[in-house]
Amino acid sequence: MKFLCLSCDQVMAFEERQIPGDGTLAVVFRCPGCGREMAMLTNPYETNLVSGLGVKIGGRTVPEQPMELLRSTLDGGRPDVFAEAEHGEAERGNARTLAWSPTALERLDRVPSFVRGMVKRIYADWARERGIAELTPEIMDQARTDLGLEGM
Amino acid sequence: MSRRIRSYHEVGPAGETIPEQVAAQRERLAQRLAAVGSIVVIASGKGGVGKSALTANLAAVLSARGLRIGALDSDLNGPSLARMLGVVGARLAAGSDGIVPPTGAGGARVVSMELFQNAPDAPLRWRGPETDSWVWSNVLETGTLRELLSDVAWGKLDVLLVDVAPGTDRIARLLELVPDPAALLLVSTPSEMARRVVARSLRLVREARLRRIGLVENMIAWSCPACGARTELYERAGPSLEADGVERWCEIPFDPRLARSTDEGNPFVLAYPEAPAARAVGALAERLCAELSLSTDGA
Repeated sequence: MKFLCLSCDQVMAFEERQIPGDGTLAVVFRCPGCGREMAMLTNPYETNLVSGLGVKIGGRTVPEQPMELLRSTLDGGRPDVFAEAEHGEAERGNARTLAWSPTALERLDRVPSFVRGMVKRIYADWARERGIAELTPEIMDQARTDLGLEGM
Repeated sequence: MSRRIRSYHEVGPAGETIPEQVAAQRERLAQRLAAVGSIVVIASGKGGVGKSALTANLAAVLSARGLRIGALDSDLNGPSLARMLGVVGARLAAGSDGIVPPTGAGGARVVSMELFQNAPDAPLRWRGPETDSWVWSNVLETGTLRELLSDVAWGKLDVLLVDVAPGTDRIARLLELVPDPAALLLVSTPSEMARRVVARSLRLVREARLRRIGLVENMIAWSCPACGARTELYERAGPSLEADGVERWCEIPFDPRLARSTDEGNPFVLAYPEAPAARAVGALAERLCAELSLSTDGA
């Protein structure tokens, strides 16, 4: 998919991605010639279609996790299937403490347990890479948008 | 006069990495499958002909002969291999290299959708809009199948057996992910209906120019354990698959213990190794080993 600025006849470049959390996706593109911006808004069907491809519009900031697609989209997943679900490798291997605010933990608890371990690890890795000491819901929002974690 | 807009291929790159991400998925799949000696697809097109039971028993008998075997249940909507190989409820270690599959009866490593689902009788459901899921669910299922192949740390395998769901479209979908399996076992029964469906599948796999296609005819007859009298379960009817050039590799007689034993997670070939049906599966395993030049420890 490409967006062509008809005024400049130039391909518009990816600018940013936002995930409102209602199953939709907003992706902003910008014309490098005239600077005009446009947002592509996908409905939940289109969002799931893109998710099904296992790709992130705008690119990935963390590598694809094993079974990421299945774990993030399966409804009714077995909560205890993953033996290391709550303690990811990056988390165990990194001595620096990362705190979770009570409200962030509440929000994490709302993530299906089937996928919670993977989501927690991704958020934690993202925060550590940025030197963040405490994860809050606001920072989770930022990470979700940055990482393209639809439905997480 | 309408203006001419340049086509997708005429304009330069958009700074979008989706093609690269898809290429990376393909690369990961290729790397994973590179550690597999031979991929053997067990398919039919028809449901209820015994593909999964054959896969489970073949996995058990090949493992018992000292081969490193993986068994993938690609039937996402009707999974059964986890139960048949006794790994339902097994936990999976999730490492950076992938998900470590549990080891089933006989020693085969098993992955099936049943491992991931909370309720054994729950239909497969995805998170997303509640209506019209057909718009996106097919893409999601193919993506999941790709993950089951590429994100499982199978380790080094001599053979990966892939059990394919009913439907010729499912065979085509799998062959897009695994385009050149070492062999494909086409499972049928002597019934006319089964043969007609399998004939369609045969046409599809012939067009894919697979290297080896072997016909397995299942449930051909029942022998009375008391008097030994043989009763054909089906009147042989419908198109002759052999006439279409496919070689019959195996005929498996019906044995009610096979379904019972396999359903209990105890592969029939291990529980009743002397039964005619178990011997037939053993002979099929030998044929497969010969075709694929696999040496076993002679067990």
